[in-house]
Amino acid sequence: MNQKDIKMMTPMTVGLILVMAAAGVVVVYRLLFGLGAATHLSDIWPWGFWIGMDVLGGVAMAAGGFIIAGAVYILNWRKYKVIVRPSILNAFFGYVLAATSITLDIGVPWRIWHPIVMWQINSIMFIVAIHVVLYTSTLATESSPMVFEKLKMTGAYRAVSKIMVPIVLFGVLLSTLHQSSLGAVYLIVPTKLSPLWYSKSLPYMFLISAVLMGLSMVSFETILSSRIFKHKIPMDVITGLARGSLIVAVIYFAIKVWLLVSGPGIGAAFDGSFTANMYLLEMAIGVVLPLVLLSVKDFRTRISSIFTVNILVIIGTLLNRLNVGIFGLAEYASKFGVDYFPSLMEFVLTAGMVAFAFFGFKVSAKYLNLFPETEH
Amino acid sequence: MSMNRRDFLKTAAAGSGMLLASQAMPARAAMPKELPPEAVGILYDATLCIGCKSCMVNCKKYNSEPGGALYSSRRISPPYEFSTPERIWDDPHDLSGKTLNIIKAYKNGTGATKDAAENGYSFVKQHCLHCITPACVSVCPVGALRKDPSNGVVYYVENRCIGCRYCLLACPFRIPRYEWDTAFPQVRKCQLCRHRYAEGKYSACCEFCPTGASIFGKVADLRKEAEKRLALKTGDQYDFPLQTVGSKDKSRRTVSKYINHIYGMKEAGGTQYMLMAGVPFELLGFDKNIRDDEFFPDFTWAYISKIPAVIATVLIGGAATWAFTKGKNKDKEK
Repeated sequence: MNQKDIKMMTPMTVGLILVMAAAGVVVVYRLLFGLGAATHLSDIWPWGFWIGMDVLGGVAMAAGGFIIAGAVYILNWRKYKVIVRPSILNAFFGYVLAATSITLDIGVPWRIWHPIVMWQINSIMFIVAIHVVLYTSTLATESSPMVFEKLKMTGAYRAVSKIMVPIVLFGVLLSTLHQSSLGAVYLIVPTKLSPLWYSKSLPYMFLISAVLMGLSMVSFETILSSRIFKHKIPMDVITGLARGSLIVAVIYFAIKVWLLVSGPGIGAAFDGSFTANMYLLEMAIGVVLPLVLLSVKDFRTRISSIFTVNILVIIGTLLNRLNVGIFGLAEYASKFGVDYFPSLMEFVLTAGMVAFAFFGFKVSAKYLNLFPETEH
Repeated sequence: MSMNRRDFLKTAAAGSGMLLASQAMPARAAMPKELPPEAVGILYDATLCIGCKSCMVNCKKYNSEPGGALYSSRRISPPYEFSTPERIWDDPHDLSGKTLNIIKAYKNGTGATKDAAENGYSFVKQHCLHCITPACVSVCPVGALRKDPSNGVVYYVENRCIGCRYCLLACPFRIPRYEWDTAFPQVRKCQLCRHRYAEGKYSACCEFCPTGASIFGKVADLRKEAEKRLALKTGDQYDFPLQTVGSKDKSRRTVSKYINHIYGMKEAGGTQYMLMAGVPFELLGFDKNIRDDEFFPDFTWAYISKIPAVIATVLIGGAATWAFTKGKNKDKEK
């Protein structure tokens, strides 16, 4: 299939546009009437679905960008070059999603630029804000050659290509810090977050799980877009990513178990409470099942089982972010009799963001040379 | 990509220069852990409190004036919270974006004895504790929450605030609250009536407390007063100062039995609001997981202080890896 053959007006595109339109209505409503009217947030639940899903989840989903870019440009693993463009573009959409959601989530969106000029270096939120700005710009720069190519701006194309290595290295640095700093945000709540997730290692756990998520995400979208756009699936890339996932999952699992044993104790995960069950669910879907599947060589080399592992890891890591951001605080909040479940509008906005990412990716696939070295 | 080793080293060197510059920064960033020299605060003695809520009424009244912690130019009357259908009186159930100070009641069994944990009751007054090393100040990305270096009041600068609500999440005492019902929201918290100091006045809750349950003063004096009370014998007579710790206006009363603990002396590294009571503080709604001498900003600083090392490691390690693997791959390609 050629780029020309990608049809824009399909039922799927229409669906995406409708979801984005609904999210647009939510945006207007939220800006006019405030957060209380649009969300179910409260003083005891100051952060909810937009932070847990869009910001923590969206940024973790974007980790594939720095991993693949780093592998290709810093480690010089050339075989991953075929997926470098879609990976970076995917990361860019992940960050746009996170940045848009945080802009709407803060109470005073028109002051979103304040952290850039009002430095406060004791604050993890300041660190996070600076990273979002810098890394989104870095991703845009990393994606720009595609656009310059399309617009036939050879001078700009050459200029950016020439400095690609330092830009990628800068991106790897920013991502390392940003992924871990999102975990560090929760270091300040030792009395609120359940010990099943709270530990001094939160930043490391966020970084490692983001790498796992990134590898799965890249593999997932490579398989998916190969199917949709009818490319040949680059098998060596997919199996390489699966091998990487296996290594990272083993490390992640080992630290998770160690933190459980040395922290609240194994019993805490099996006491039958809602919090404990959420922990077990996250571990089963995101770590244990993928590990079991990946450890069998036959499964590790088969597309269908790798695809299953990818989906498991993505859902499991998203669950981890929701657990840290929302469910892990439930026990504390319940002491004050305050519950939280996202409002319909909170769900619709997030759905709109996801639809935007899919739509943007499709438009890019049609108009930009997203898969330069794939065989048709 | 085409970039020679010399270009790369130049970039790496520039990066290291930035790193050296950034290392000077953290040294002055960590937050102070000492009581400010002129620190002011409040001592609340639950055994003197009769639950009249005069402090709540006057807190709302005086903080709704221009400069006050509840002031809004879009409001003509104080932000009352009505929970009865008649809408006759201000009746908040908890701290909120409209209420900075609240009297709550503890009751057990028959509730017959004042200041007893069993079959007794007690009042408790909840508002900002003005931590010596406040979590809210450390987490604010734009410096909208600040601690006055002289009197130690933790205050709010509205026009900096972006509304991220990290302060609400971070405060272990659940003090900062948000205005959820407006499109132009602010964080609201007790600012110890700092807007009244210029005219020689002090916290309204203390000025209008009829029994001396809340008294205002220098933290050092308040601590001495609290320790003095703990040393008293139950049943003795004592002249409790009214309104301020150094006041000549005193009220002679029989000393009740105190729990041997002054809340706020050491909790979370110490606070400028201290409480005494006859009922354990855990029962009065204070979180027992907030430990003594545990400075909350240290938890996040442990991460932030490592950032320069991470920058150095990634830039230098990455550059070295690139230089090393590039040559290798070229050979392979040939």
